[in-house]
Amino acid sequence: MTFSPALEKRFSEMLTRYPAGKQRSAVIPMLIYAQDEVGAITPELIDEVARRCSVAPLQVDEVVGYYSMLHRKPQGKHHVQVCTNISCMLVGGEELYEHAKKKLGIGHKEVTSDGQFSLEEVECMGACSWAPAVEINYDFHHFITPEKLDQLIDALRKKQ
Amino acid sequence: MPELVKLTIDGKPVEAEKGTLLIEAARQNGIEIPAFCYYEGLTLQAACRMCLVEVEKTPKLQVGCTLPVAEGMIVHTDSPLVKEARKGTLEFLLTNHPLDCPVCDKGGECELQDMVFRYGAGESRFTERKVHVDEKQWSPVVFFDAPRCILCYRCVRICNEGMGVNALGVSNRGVVSEIVPNHHDHLECDECGACIDICPVGALTSGIYRYQTRPWEMEHVGTICTHCSDGCRTTLGVRNGKIIRGNNRDRSGINGEFLCVKGRYGFDFVEHPERLQSPMMRVGDSFEPVSWTKAIEEISARFSQGGKFGIVGSNHTTNEENFFLAKFARQGLGTNNIDHHRTGDLATFFDALSGRNDALATTDDLYNAAAVLIVGNDLSQQHPLLAFQARANVRHHQAHIYTVTSGPVREDHYSTGRASNVEALRDQLKAEKNLVIVFGDSVQGEALRKLVAFGDSLGIPVKYACLVDYSNSRGAFDMGVVPRDGGMSIDQMLAAPDLDVLWVVGANPLKNASLVSQKAFVVVQDLFMTETARRADIVLPAASAYEKNGTVTNVCGEVQKLKQALKVMGAKTDLEIFGLIAKEMGLNLGIWLPDKVFEEIRKTVHGYNVPLAVMATGAAPTLPLNGRVAALPGVIQSAGDTLFTSGSLSRYSKILNSVMEAPGELYGGTKEQ
Amino acid sequence: MLYNEPSPLETRILSKRFGMPNSASLDTYLATDGFKAFRKAREMSPEQIIDEVKASALRGRGGAGFPTGLKWSFVPRTSPKPKYIIVNADESEPGTCKDRLLMEYDPLQMIEGILIASLAVDAHHGYIYIRGEYRYLIESIDRALAEAYSKGYLGKNIVGTGWDFDLYTHSGAGAYECGEETALLDSIEGKRGVPRMKPPFPAVAGAWASPTLLNNVETYSAIPYIINEGGKAFADLGTPKNGGTRLVCISGHVNKPGVYELPLGYPMMKAINEVAGGIPHGRKLKAVVPGGSSCPILRADECDIPMDYDTLAKIGSMLGSGGMVVMDETTDMARVALRIMRFYAHESCGWCIPCREGTTWLKKILTRMVEGNGRREDVPLLKELSVNMLGRTFCALGDAAAMPTISIVDKFAADFEKYIVPEAVLV
Ligand SMILES: Cc1cc2nc3c(=O)[nH]c(=O)nc-3n(C[C@H](O)[C@H](O)[C@H](O)COP(=O)(O)O)c2cc1C
Ligand code: SF4
Ligand code: FES
Repeated sequence: MTFSPALEKRFSEMLTRYPAGKQRSAVIPMLIYAQDEVGAITPELIDEVARRCSVAPLQVDEVVGYYSMLHRKPQGKHHVQVCTNISCMLVGGEELYEHAKKKLGIGHKEVTSDGQFSLEEVECMGACSWAPAVEINYDFHHFITPEKLDQLIDALRKKQ
Repeated sequence: MPELVKLTIDGKPVEAEKGTLLIEAARQNGIEIPAFCYYEGLTLQAACRMCLVEVEKTPKLQVGCTLPVAEGMIVHTDSPLVKEARKGTLEFLLTNHPLDCPVCDKGGECELQDMVFRYGAGESRFTERKVHVDEKQWSPVVFFDAPRCILCYRCVRICNEGMGVNALGVSNRGVVSEIVPNHHDHLECDECGACIDICPVGALTSGIYRYQTRPWEMEHVGTICTHCSDGCRTTLGVRNGKIIRGNNRDRSGINGEFLCVKGRYGFDFVEHPERLQSPMMRVGDSFEPVSWTKAIEEISARFSQGGKFGIVGSNHTTNEENFFLAKFARQGLGTNNIDHHRTGDLATFFDALSGRNDALATTDDLYNAAAVLIVGNDLSQQHPLLAFQARANVRHHQAHIYTVTSGPVREDHYSTGRASNVEALRDQLKAEKNLVIVFGDSVQGEALRKLVAFGDSLGIPVKYACLVDYSNSRGAFDMGVVPRDGGMSIDQMLAAPDLDVLWVVGANPLKNASLVSQKAFVVVQDLFMTETARRADIVLPAASAYEKNGTVTNVCGEVQKLKQALKVMGAKTDLEIFGLIAKEMGLNLGIWLPDKVFEEIRKTVHGYNVPLAVMATGAAPTLPLNGRVAALPGVIQSAGDTLFTSGSLSRYSKILNSVMEAPGELYGGTKEQ
Repeated sequence: MLYNEPSPLETRILSKRFGMPNSASLDTYLATDGFKAFRKAREMSPEQIIDEVKASALRGRGGAGFPTGLKWSFVPRTSPKPKYIIVNADESEPGTCKDRLLMEYDPLQMIEGILIASLAVDAHHGYIYIRGEYRYLIESIDRALAEAYSKGYLGKNIVGTGWDFDLYTHSGAGAYECGEETALLDSIEGKRGVPRMKPPFPAVAGAWASPTLLNNVETYSAIPYIINEGGKAFADLGTPKNGGTRLVCISGHVNKPGVYELPLGYPMMKAINEVAGGIPHGRKLKAVVPGGSSCPILRADECDIPMDYDTLAKIGSMLGSGGMVVMDETTDMARVALRIMRFYAHESCGWCIPCREGTTWLKKILTRMVEGNGRREDVPLLKELSVNMLGRTFCALGDAAAMPTISIVDKFAADFEKYIVPEAVLV
């Protein structure tokens, strides 16, 4: 299994960051970067990462199940994460999440039929003072109201 | 002399070695600190929190399984606070544990049941919905029921640390954490079942045992595994004359709790449909069942006529049987033409040691030696217990393992690496405090003498083990089932055109060889219609090791007792068969009761004068034969069995055949990072 | 563009560069005393550096508030093993969003702090463990590192001082528990984020079993000022044993939520009413989470206090990670308790029984209550179960889940009343 030249470059550099014989340390970063490119953590990807970090596939499998950002099924092109943890909740985070469900017509960890959007209710993502917050893929959006969320989603829809 | 510290546990002043864990110190003094995750010999987890105790002058409850004892420590293991904490933890544990005890295999042997019985939380305040996941089958022998799992990580550790297989891991997190197998949805491993036995609850269950019985309905018979020469004690669970399971939870014997797939599951050959249940006599090209009386008469008649005899003994039968057979040959039939399938050059070995009584390694030595050198043997495949001992030695005593083998072996994962040449190896070994050398069948004759010379040249205490294959290979040799004093070896017997009688006991020499002498009258005693039995004139149904009493001697020369677990209709023990033939022939070879014969062995066979008390409870090491041992004619060749085979026996075990794994797979995993 | 308007009431030490044009660039950094502290520290002995840090009364900003100088002195500097510096940038404590700003607006300040730490403990390798959700920060830090390397501020013979140091980012992948220092170490070794037994402490046997110094982003970011101005100057900004300023993340029911740099010991009510512009719609204050969701919650009448570690400890709470969540009179504390417990149940690593099973059980009870099926016995049960977790779990996450719950049940029992259905109705 091979990745884009850019990612291959990143991985070969990544493996040199850790002490000799401790390449296992690259497992988690490698998984999350590879997931962004492959779309999901497939069994092949697990075996590949295991090979590159010279560990047993099981040792990679254990990790995949543990970290909440690693997922075995593909998400939407735009993964909408709405925080409902306390700071967000106090200023409308839960209402925002309910609105997002209606707007996208999907629930927690579901993907729209066209594969464009997926939704996830997430835990505190470090935007508490600018709540309610939403993260789409890796982009943060602060002080989000239902109206603003609609604008964000519609803009992304148009882009396609 | 280890330093001792004084402390007080529950008002009782006690002493313990410095560094002892509180939970152990308490146990040594008869005080039980409950624990799920703590397991002697395995790494510490401090995960279950059952072992919390009160230690004066510390604010929080302390973790008994990880807290080393300290001078003046005052510990309370039964204060109201501790009791209430245990109750609380058990209540937490039960929230997601299905209370299906009535249909759970573990019922009656469940540590969780026992804990709740002792420490409370009988009725729970939990009224919410439990997390449910469906049961999974990971292999023919291993089933996993996640909801029952209490996540003590014992299975993961016994597989990683104990077996060196790394087939189990943990996935997900929080309340949905789950034990997972190494190949996504199934296991590829030794299939040893250690994870099942060590599971404190019914989360891991055995494909063979599940839903068969309630534990208390079985009779538990401790005997010795008949599959390989390591001589593990296996406790057979028997109900209505049927063996239902094998394990060794009571840690009796030299193997503690250890058993490989054969010792734990390979007992079903006894009930194989092709098992012989009546004497058979040849009529033309086919066989006809005959009575024991008729068969014995025919045999003794033929034997009494004399002529050139060839006798092939077994490496599965007991010392008593081997001894009696050798006596039968030499005294009864006046022949030295007696041999067995030899899998190691014991003759040269003992001669090379020439009577050094301190040079034979015991099973224990592999666990205690500072270093172990493995020559020409795939220990994890052919000597699972010895391999387990060596692994434990590395874990507990940081022992060094050296491997000199043709192909890759599991020991490579924790070996000190392969030396580039003999000289380099010699220098490395010289630096060790002491050493155990184990070697396989490829090391025989001159090569064997060279190896012993090499060991002796190191200038450190060295012990040896000559790796023979079968459950009583060592006994067959010691009891004289060998062509001493000019006798013929197996290959010579088969080749002799003038052989009159071939008497084969529990062996299959014609599996891939043929008998030259057309006229030879062939008598075979066996469990099954083997290739050899098909050539026989008379075939006698013999009892297996699990159907008889007596003693066997393992690869390290340790004598252990067999205990009869069941009786199979029609079959007789080989000893009884010998006795009946002798009686019919009017020979006086002494009484053929195991105990009586063993008495004679203790008196007459060198090194077997073992204390009966030790015999009764465990394994008694014998001493190597003294003085010069004449070289023997004939072929020495390992059976080359894997973890899943043991000559013909395994052919008739459905279970063993069902789990056969590509041995190569067993070396998966990588060095610990 | 800053995420929130700064307040004139702030004391801007760590955040002094926030808002400057491309504040993250090396040029800006150098133009504003950048790397002065490192050069100075290079002339000092490790002992002198550690003494300055001790004198600063700086306490860990990650949550535990452990005296930083003392922690640095625990690292066996002379050990033959390699020593590592690790930066805890996992920032996952609900209510906390400050490390983000320090890394986004002034990464070089943190990097210089790390370099000074490396001198103090004789380390030559460092890793910044950044939560996976902060990918944009991992990228900007990587850019900052690249620039520093290219201009000789990292790598071999740093700015001709003969000191070598390599620094890397390391991405997490979504796990609050990986903020716990020993779980973080397992995570950086490529394993599940399960905490380790202590002892040995990370200072002695941390990453790859080597001596490891582990601090929070903000802790390292305070170091350059301490070296430049002296430990005393930093200490004097705060109160005794509570040196300096810290970034307080004010969120919830306030007119001007935001991250503000305030000296230790700053009056809490003043922070709410003046710095953060008070509570909207003229509502009354009901409760405050003083330092992230793990801290016991304060009733309004408990909030007239100076914000320092000792005062909060005295009233049975903690200053934690600086995440201050303000709640007005309309807040339903039962739902707050539920949301907090949902978080901990989701984040429990599952290693030990009380935390794994306790958080989930509590979550289920609270859910049932809020959904309208509460029972009278639920309220005392919530308290008892929390107490059964407290102090009995493997790591502090169990305590972090138990403490706020206990405080809410004790202080706001009335909020649970309305969810209790009379027995009759239940059946
Ligand atoms: C469950 C849990 C989560 C934690 N999360 C973080 C975190 O996200 N960031 C952080 O800096 N410290 C966190 N900590 C505290 C760290 O364990 C550690 O005390 C701290 O990073 C040490 O750095 P400091 O002394 O500079 O504060 C957490 C602790 C616990 C028990
Ligand atoms: S987790 Fe535990 S019982 Fe288990 S052994 Fe320990 S703390 Fe003790
Ligand atoms: S609570 Fe939503 S970002 Fe912190």
